[in-house]
Amino acid sequence: MLSRRIIPCFDVDRGRVVKGVSFVELRDAGDPVELAKAYDDAGADELVFLDITASSDDRATVYDMVAATADQVFIPFTIGGGIRSVSDMKIMLELGAEKVSINTSAIQTPDLINEGAYRFGSQCIVVAIDARRDPSQPGRWEVYTHGGRNPTGLDAVEWAKEAVARGAGELLVTSMDTDGHQRGYDTPLLRAISDAVTVPVIASGGAGGPEHMLAALTEGRADAVLAASIFHFGTYSIREVKDYLAKHGVPVRIEESV
Amino acid sequence: MLHSNFMNGPIVVLDYDAGNLRSVARAVAHVDIAPVVSADPSDIDRAAGLILPGVGAAADTMANLRSRRLVAPIKDYIAAGRPFLGVCMGLQALFEWSEEGGHQECLGIFPGYIRRFEPGEGRKVPHMGWNTVEWVREHPVIEGIPSGSAFYFVHSYYPVADDPALVLGETSYGVTFPSVVARDNVVATQCHPEKSSTHGLRLYANFIRWARAGAPLPQAAGVPR
Repeated sequence: MLSRRIIPCFDVDRGRVVKGVSFVELRDAGDPVELAKAYDDAGADELVFLDITASSDDRATVYDMVAATADQVFIPFTIGGGIRSVSDMKIMLELGAEKVSINTSAIQTPDLINEGAYRFGSQCIVVAIDARRDPSQPGRWEVYTHGGRNPTGLDAVEWAKEAVARGAGELLVTSMDTDGHQRGYDTPLLRAISDAVTVPVIASGGAGGPEHMLAALTEGRADAVLAASIFHFGTYSIREVKDYLAKHGVPVRIEESV
Repeated sequence: MLHSNFMNGPIVVLDYDAGNLRSVARAVAHVDIAPVVSADPSDIDRAAGLILPGVGAAADTMANLRSRRLVAPIKDYIAAGRPFLGVCMGLQALFEWSEEGGHQECLGIFPGYIRRFEPGEGRKVPHMGWNTVEWVREHPVIEGIPSGSAFYFVHSYYPVADDPALVLGETSYGVTFPSVVARDNVVATQCHPEKSSTHGLRLYANFIRWARAGAPLPQAAGVPR
């Protein structure tokens, strides 16, 4: 049976993971490769690296990180942040990322989705959508860019449909309302988008515990849940989350030998 | 048993612009030594084991193999009884034809064809993520990997094997399909062992060991289901 996926996410600045990780003793808690290996051992199904490096002069640090991770880590990982062209995508995929995630650049240049899907296949093109509830229209969410700072006027569900029609193979849906609060994902947003598209949806923003992940995967109909803090700070282990989900009938990958 | 000259040769990953070429080469390097990545028939000729990677469309795959004049060397290599591993599109290419893009002629090593998944209730296409593989018999390449282990899949088309004896592992996604097939010296996986953590690396290590031993055939017909 196809498992629902549990995906830890890291912010990376100049090739180093920022916002410390303390769930396991590491010689170097900022080393993406060590972290990725630890999460592979801990049962993570996939990893997402979000590159927040401000200066394009430091791009090479990210390339090195992707290559080093791919050399040592044998689960799929996605790289997002700073990918603005088909050639940016090509570099990341050739260095060993399984998928690339595009957000602001997809809104500025929607054809980037089509071109990426045509060149590399939909399965490696993830469109990330940052959405915020529209206070004037319940049940409507607006898409934001630049890390949630700039409103676009786009309806999140409509943009999701367009992104998939253009070739997105997966959507990474972050609620700017719930992100960082650890009180649960925006389940109605996930449900609205999951029901509108035929590709997998990754829930993001607001995970505080396994019950939130269960809600995202059941009521929200997401295919995968992404989280950062609760794993990095050791609040819950991936195994604890998976055991909880399995107990509630959600198919997850649990390897007894790991 | 094969001539020992081959068995001392390198593991060769066939280079024809496949998207997962480097991931496959990395996994081999991780469990063994760095493989020879090559499209040169003389490298195929000296290989202890040949790995055909592949992602993407069947038509592109076959066009790339043809334009690089690799079809005959692959067929000759397999016909000589030498150890071969196909991965993802490298599995699909072994069958007679694929539905993808109408009717795409493939290598025709195995009887059967490649069919598109029908989307269904709660079932999205592509089939992407971790799914379980149930072994239906024994084989050296799956040694130490429990039946029901999860492997990573990304594909929209699946094999329909005309000969049930080909099936080594099965996976369900709306339909039950052969996710690992094996006959004589040829093994192929629809899943991506290079993205499947410990079990996937074990499969590569097993294949390499089996290849260097000259691809000895498993004993009898198999284990009960």
